[in-house]
Amino acid sequence: MIAYIVRRLVGAAALVVIISAVTFSIFFLLPRLAGTTPDDLASRFAGKSPTPETVQAIKERFGFDDPVPVQYARFLKGVVAGSEYDTGTDVIDCPAPCFGYSFRDNINVTDVLLDRIPVTLSLVVGAAVLWLLAGVSIGVLSALRKGTVFDRAAMLMALAGVSLPIFFTGLLSLTFIVHQWDLLPPVSYHSFLDNPFKWAGNLILPWVTLSFLYAAMYARMTRAGMLDTMNEDYIRTARAKGLPEKTVITKHALRGTLTPLLTMFGMDIGLLLGGAVLTESTFSLHGLGELALAGVIGSDLPVVLGVVSVAALFVVLANLVVDLLYGVVDPRVRHN
Amino acid sequence: MRRPKVLAAAAAGTLALSLLSACGGGDDDGEGTSTKVSNDAIGKIHNPSDRRGGTLKMATSSDIDSIDPGDMYYAWANNFARLYSRMLLTYPAKPGAEGWKPVPDLAESLGQPSDDNKTWTYKLKKGLKYEDGREITAKDIKYAVARTFDRGVLRNGPSYFSQLLDADGYKGPYKDKNLDHFKGVTTPDDYTVVFHLKEPFAEFNELVTFSGQTAPVPQDKDKGERYGLHPVSSGPYKWEKDYQPGKGGVLVRNDQWDQSTDPNRKQLPDRIELIAGMNADELDNQLLSGQIHVDLPGTGVQDNARKAILTDPEKRKNADNPPGGFSWYNPINTKLIPLECRKAMVWAANRDAMWRAYGGDVGGELSTSIMPPSVEGRQKGVDHYTKAEKGYTGNVEEAKKALQACGKPNGFETKMVYRSDRPKEKAVAEALQQSLGRVGIKLTLQGYPASTYTNDQFGSPSFVEKNGIGLGTYGWHADWPTGYGYLQAITDKDAIVESGNANPGLFDNAEVNKIWDEVVKINDPNKRNELYNKVDDIYRREAAVIPNVYAKSLLYRPPTLTNVFFHEGYGMYNYSTLGLSG
Amino acid sequence: MAKGKDKASEAGNTGLAVDSSVKKADDSWGEGGSRPPTAFLEVRDLRIHFPTDDGLVKSVDGLSFQLERGKTLGIVGESGSGKSVTSLGILGLHNRRNARVSGEIWLNGKELVSAPPDEVRKLRGREMAMIFQDPLSAMHPFYTVGQQIMEAYRIHNDVSKQAARKHAIDMLGRVGIPRPERRVDDYPHQFSGGMRQRAMIAMALCCNPNLLIADEPTTALDVTVQAQILDLIRDLQEEFNSAVIMITHDLGVVAELSDDILVMYAGRCVEYASVDDAFHRPLHPYTWGLLGSMPRLDRARSERLMPIKGTPPSLINVPSGCAFNPRCAYAELTDGKSQKERPELREVEPGHKVACHLPLSRRREIWNTEIAPKL
Repeated sequence: MIAYIVRRLVGAAALVVIISAVTFSIFFLLPRLAGTTPDDLASRFAGKSPTPETVQAIKERFGFDDPVPVQYARFLKGVVAGSEYDTGTDVIDCPAPCFGYSFRDNINVTDVLLDRIPVTLSLVVGAAVLWLLAGVSIGVLSALRKGTVFDRAAMLMALAGVSLPIFFTGLLSLTFIVHQWDLLPPVSYHSFLDNPFKWAGNLILPWVTLSFLYAAMYARMTRAGMLDTMNEDYIRTARAKGLPEKTVITKHALRGTLTPLLTMFGMDIGLLLGGAVLTESTFSLHGLGELALAGVIGSDLPVVLGVVSVAALFVVLANLVVDLLYGVVDPRVRHN
Repeated sequence: MRRPKVLAAAAAGTLALSLLSACGGGDDDGEGTSTKVSNDAIGKIHNPSDRRGGTLKMATSSDIDSIDPGDMYYAWANNFARLYSRMLLTYPAKPGAEGWKPVPDLAESLGQPSDDNKTWTYKLKKGLKYEDGREITAKDIKYAVARTFDRGVLRNGPSYFSQLLDADGYKGPYKDKNLDHFKGVTTPDDYTVVFHLKEPFAEFNELVTFSGQTAPVPQDKDKGERYGLHPVSSGPYKWEKDYQPGKGGVLVRNDQWDQSTDPNRKQLPDRIELIAGMNADELDNQLLSGQIHVDLPGTGVQDNARKAILTDPEKRKNADNPPGGFSWYNPINTKLIPLECRKAMVWAANRDAMWRAYGGDVGGELSTSIMPPSVEGRQKGVDHYTKAEKGYTGNVEEAKKALQACGKPNGFETKMVYRSDRPKEKAVAEALQQSLGRVGIKLTLQGYPASTYTNDQFGSPSFVEKNGIGLGTYGWHADWPTGYGYLQAITDKDAIVESGNANPGLFDNAEVNKIWDEVVKINDPNKRNELYNKVDDIYRREAAVIPNVYAKSLLYRPPTLTNVFFHEGYGMYNYSTLGLSG
Repeated sequence: MAKGKDKASEAGNTGLAVDSSVKKADDSWGEGGSRPPTAFLEVRDLRIHFPTDDGLVKSVDGLSFQLERGKTLGIVGESGSGKSVTSLGILGLHNRRNARVSGEIWLNGKELVSAPPDEVRKLRGREMAMIFQDPLSAMHPFYTVGQQIMEAYRIHNDVSKQAARKHAIDMLGRVGIPRPERRVDDYPHQFSGGMRQRAMIAMALCCNPNLLIADEPTTALDVTVQAQILDLIRDLQEEFNSAVIMITHDLGVVAELSDDILVMYAGRCVEYASVDDAFHRPLHPYTWGLLGSMPRLDRARSERLMPIKGTPPSLINVPSGCAFNPRCAYAELTDGKSQKERPELREVEPGHKVACHLPLSRRREIWNTEIAPKL
């Protein structure tokens, strides 16, 4: 088991290396194909109409003139062994894992990541609880009442939830719930450790908005899974044993329905932890997703690399946890 | 003008607002709406008050380029920086045309030029202090200027000093620790700062005024790149903690600042919060509800809020619709397209549709000169090959004649570029495609992201040449409100650079080039203005540009905001004197 | 039928020649009462219809039979003939929302069709139990075999977990699983196919049911294991004196275990006979076909099989007249009667009922001269 986990973690590290290499290529090589020169790249970090001297100075500072593999090796070295950062007046130590300093904001990307992870974590965990509760229960009820008004209404809502983009539902709910009707305070992030009530109160809206989308997906998945499961032979067996319908559903059908959802849940959590971009930018939450967006738009390579690496790590970890959990909930996996 | 961060966030918000505005029905064309907003804060101070207290909340959907006054470029950043830093000169905190005349700040008076305009001397007021109580001396200003020479460290700010000062290969104080090696600025005593220029430069006072690069920096407190996380204050407020890029920071009162030495700032609110990275529409929501007091970038509200303001008489009372200082126009590639063919393009352009693309009356005013009215000494000029009139849809007859003269009676094909994430520019491009199509000039439209447009595509002469780009959308805002500040970078052949080029039509006119060489030696501002207007006229007479509009922004100020007025120099509300009524 | 509200039975009662003039029985849940049952299990005019978008699927359409304790009834027929639907119908496992069940099912004096679902539920597992075809899919993959047996036991018996566990181990031992005290904690996938079926049987028998329905209990198993399982079922039947319904398409299994055979075609009984009659004096062309389709090792390959031509009929558009007529080699001998009129199930000899238009003598002749010699 330990060996398995170690193997998976090594795989995760390899994945981060590959993904960062791909990110590097996208940053440097793709624009080159489109005709962007290192000068163009450098001038993005200057003020308006920069002089050639400015562009040259920036290229030197960021090392854009070095071959891309050299720049990549420098990045990897920073992550593994740490590196140093010259502010002009001082040389600062940047301990491993060092993703470098932001091209735009001159701050240690690792610090920024650590500052932002709790925000995204709070958002995603809260939303996940809501969408699991809502999605699964609606999905189960819908499946059990297939074809009824409840089912139709629920599935219509779910369709809406899946189709409506978060920036739409988010802006709408902000406009009405916060500004028109004053039902909730404006969205902001407060540390859970400082004040759990404030933490929750100010995150309710993004939780609900994000979970609306996912609850919709989960309701549909649960419903479909439940309908499938209810046709399973073992459900017929459970009934043939004389079990009350309640027991058949809660003990037999739900277990069979929810286990496959676990995979999806792990994937979703992993992806969202890497940054719930739309939710964060809609609600002005300074999480990883918002950071990623700012990094991409600002061509801030160290930031982008940092977020991408962390996101990849989250995805891998979430999947590892799911796989391990699968061993617990599904004995067939355990014995293979 | 390139504003990577501002537009970055705008791009993110565009998705959302375009969706919401889609629900809100069609765009109003703005006919007559500008008369509805009160414009109470234009030309006079609105809500004057000396009430102290409260927390002033200022927000931006993106982030400030840096809070280091030496490492910022944009007008709103310089406007904001005045809250915690004083410079040699500054714009007076006054409404109306007076706002763009430089006045002394740390200096006792404006800089005194030598006869040849090559040496400029400033005398400092005595007894002015940093937040830690130390006195501000001439050496600190010399150091502040010296550090702008390291373009790799202070990347964002303007590079005028390193270009103009006679410093003979000086690389900045980070590579060369001995400040005595910097000869571009000398300090005969603690209260005298002397700038030595390579060439005469008549508008040096204006240059000093527009940026924060003469804000003093104590050398022992400088942290290079990271000084921008916590600059030392010389103004009425100081940073409470380190600034958090992407999130914001808090300013608190600086008790070392002395109101009696500073007529251009006030110290009314207890705290001032800069909130960065707020969703653009949410920012507007909070602005309209008074939870946010100032939208820092000052470019105006988004479409949703615009509708909300224009349709609500109460909100219109708190709104202003001033010209923001931007001019939007479309440079034509003068290397690629011959003069007569360019004329045909200008003749055929549907100015009415282009103006509507910018939102009609609220969005802007049809332009004749490229220089907007807020430029000192600017004259309206005369239209060339077009008419700056509402309802003017182009002159097909004249366009066809011009094509004939060009030897292409059936028209020609070329490529037009625009910023794909700016709906207004897209609409302009489509209007041009449609109206030029009437005479056989076939435009192929190609959009690029705003974040790379002015560097990698339209701002890259080699890209323009390689891709045969004949026309593009563009906008410009002057560094300082004179004709030089406005026109030099966009019409001077010498201003053409390989990347981030502001003269994308590659305009290269012998007469204009000569004017740029000469004008900096002329002392008389009126004579200079005459030449600027001439450049503007030549630029259009050569059909190097299809003019469009002078941008107007729709600004909102919550009723609790005091001492609020539109500042002509910055093109937005003045931030250094704001207070709160409750 | 006295059950007035049952339109289906009014529409076409062609089942057993029953006396409909008997007085109302004073038993159990009132509303279904008609003539009191004489047998342990008595099914009367059972109809199970499924409304679908394409039409009404008449999976079981007027089936009647009786079964005593200690006896075994084999129900045979092709896939889709209604065998399994019948067995699920007896257990009351059809969803009332998508299945229309009518007729009567009398189990030990209680009528089940009209009984409240919860009362029927309480009988399931205790009075009547079922062994399913594929034990791998029929057992929950996430619970141990022991948990599943214990669950079946505890739902009907108020006993402690420990007692239930002991019982589960007992049952596993009785169905021949070695070291049951260890296997009780294994999951179904850890069992071999045969062991799984034994566990399934243990689960079905854990409450000592009087009626055991085995739906293709050996289909998924190896041949050697098949025989063991059949032996086991027979032994346990003797031990518990249960009534057994053996549903299969394998006539060999029926010959091995059953006392009587019910041949189903298109949801109806076409022939009902003792095993001896069914194998040696069958009187329905479909039964002949089934017998002809049985692989026999003692015959040459070329003449071994006489498959029934055509495919089983759609249960939505059942052929008019005799449902078997399109596939019947002798249909033309009835002067078109087969196409027009549905043949009634008639008792031709004591305990031998057949539904066929062909004259009885003709059928005996065909069997003796054409069919039997080839088998």
